[in-house]
Amino acid sequence: MARMRERLRKSAMRYNEPSPLEIKIVSQRFDVPNSTSIDSYLANEGYAAIQKAIGMTPEAIIEELKTSGLRGRGGAGFPTGMKWSFVPRTTGKPTYIICNSDESEPGTCKDRLLMENDPHQLIEGMLIAGWTIKSNKGYIFIRGEYRYLIDIVDQAIAEAYARGYLGKNILGSGWDYDLYTHTGAGAYECGEESALLESLEGKRGIPRLKPPFPAVVGAFQSPTILNNCETFSAIPWIFRNGGAAFAAIGTPRNGGTRLMCVSGHVNKPGVYELPMGFPLTRLINEVCGGMRNGKKLKAVIPGGSSSPVLKADECDIALDFDSLAKAKTMAGSGGLLVLDEDTDIVAVALRTIKFYAHESCGWCIPCREGTAWLKKILTRFHEGGGKQSDIDLIAELSGNMLGRTFCALGDAAAMPTTAFVSKFRDEFEAYLAKSQVSQMPELAVV
Amino acid sequence: MTFSPALEQRFEKLLTSYPPGRQRSAVVPMLLYAQDEIGSVTQELVEEVARRCEVTPLQVDEVIGYYSMLHRRPLGKYHVQVCTNICCQAVGGADLYEHASRMLGVGNKEVTPDGLISLEEVECIGACSWAPAIQINYDFHHFVTPERFDRLIEALRDGAYERKAS
Repeated sequence: MARMRERLRKSAMRYNEPSPLEIKIVSQRFDVPNSTSIDSYLANEGYAAIQKAIGMTPEAIIEELKTSGLRGRGGAGFPTGMKWSFVPRTTGKPTYIICNSDESEPGTCKDRLLMENDPHQLIEGMLIAGWTIKSNKGYIFIRGEYRYLIDIVDQAIAEAYARGYLGKNILGSGWDYDLYTHTGAGAYECGEESALLESLEGKRGIPRLKPPFPAVVGAFQSPTILNNCETFSAIPWIFRNGGAAFAAIGTPRNGGTRLMCVSGHVNKPGVYELPMGFPLTRLINEVCGGMRNGKKLKAVIPGGSSSPVLKADECDIALDFDSLAKAKTMAGSGGLLVLDEDTDIVAVALRTIKFYAHESCGWCIPCREGTAWLKKILTRFHEGGGKQSDIDLIAELSGNMLGRTFCALGDAAAMPTTAFVSKFRDEFEAYLAKSQVSQMPELAVV
Repeated sequence: MTFSPALEQRFEKLLTSYPPGRQRSAVVPMLLYAQDEIGSVTQELVEEVARRCEVTPLQVDEVIGYYSMLHRRPLGKYHVQVCTNICCQAVGGADLYEHASRMLGVGNKEVTPDGLISLEEVECIGACSWAPAIQINYDFHHFVTPERFDRLIEALRDGAYERKAS
């Protein structure tokens, strides 16, 4: 055990053993010694993609991205090439490139590894975005808790300036580009792109009305490319190897690989880079070494805490955006929580709603009141004071939030709650039976 | 107000990081970096940040309640943050928080009488695959058992704690 820990520390800043089933694209340098240094990056194909992209027109770059089938890794799964094509390039306004590294969807811990092990890959992805729309400024918005990553990324940025990959006249192209880190200070809501932009401007992270989308009116009221850290990190590989090669790794319309963050009751939880469409059952049984202590699988939350739960008998499914959407859940941010037969679903539902109630910004009423009431009812229920009618009330309340809030946080709270109640109604009923029994002595006194 | 040379340098860089006239962007980073140095967000700091970023003190005040990492009251020298969100909860995070509270004799967001340690039950900190996880100031600690937690606290008390990222 001690030897394994020692080896892990030496090999890389990875906190779990890799799996032989991984296909390494964004994590290809995780095991390279000194992987954060520019020399190591350059020795491993680093900054070759920007050299190539600088010889391409913006239209050709966007076309290549569309071919790759790359979709946003932050959660929404929107096609990246299309997102970039929406940015107007002739407004005369400055334009901005923003990286969303405000990773905070419960279940997700991948952007941490990308910045910790390969900050230059992220910088290069943002360089290609910058060149495409001739932007002169980019910001990497990193959640406040990740202070050590700000130090690592700042160091990488300084190295890139020193070698002429950032700053004036990059690679003799006549194009100037500056890159900065920006720290958050603790707010899940700022992962929502328009809230992130408000936060970047020094305000409370309250979401903006959309449209206009950030592509047209984004940072500082200007056209903006805003992508997740993993999305930017995949881009250098695509330009070195071609969009078609990336697309070929995944399933149709779901190009490439993604970092899947597995947590919960498996033998080997960890972050693994796997092709899009990888079967969930193989992820659990082969990549993660099966269920812990030989227990039976009860459920999987497949795409961060806001994704509706899958019951064990629904887990024969491919992990990509479209397959999970078809099963009325989502691939989200790639965080998978595996739960065994001993799990108390009511407790999971309560902890989930506590989180969303805590993180609701309070700007719109269905979310502010909805999350607060759901928390209140579920707390009461969990403590044994629930009533039969509460089960339907929980379903009704979350149903009323869906699609009626200013931003996706309301949906993120309502979707999993609805699924917990509808798929595990028997567990809620059992709680009720238990609580009625516990109330009996009290009744006898009366 | 004066700060350490390193912080002054950071502030100088922050004020030139954003487009002209957009110094307000530096408000949140400045508050957080300054809080790390002086211990909390004081009224004096609010006014200083407002002056440097050329905004009103009210514009600084209004963000403080929004961001969970900004505190008006001082925390302990070591701020121990235990995640109890669903991934940590699944593998003992909630029990770990209860253990921490009992062991330290303080509740959520409280400080030990000697001012050394403060405790906070936090939302997901991004260590889900290596749960249960805690942060001591900005250091992550993964796969934390109650026994390991006790050893970490002991090290904090003995002054033997070393910065370590895992």
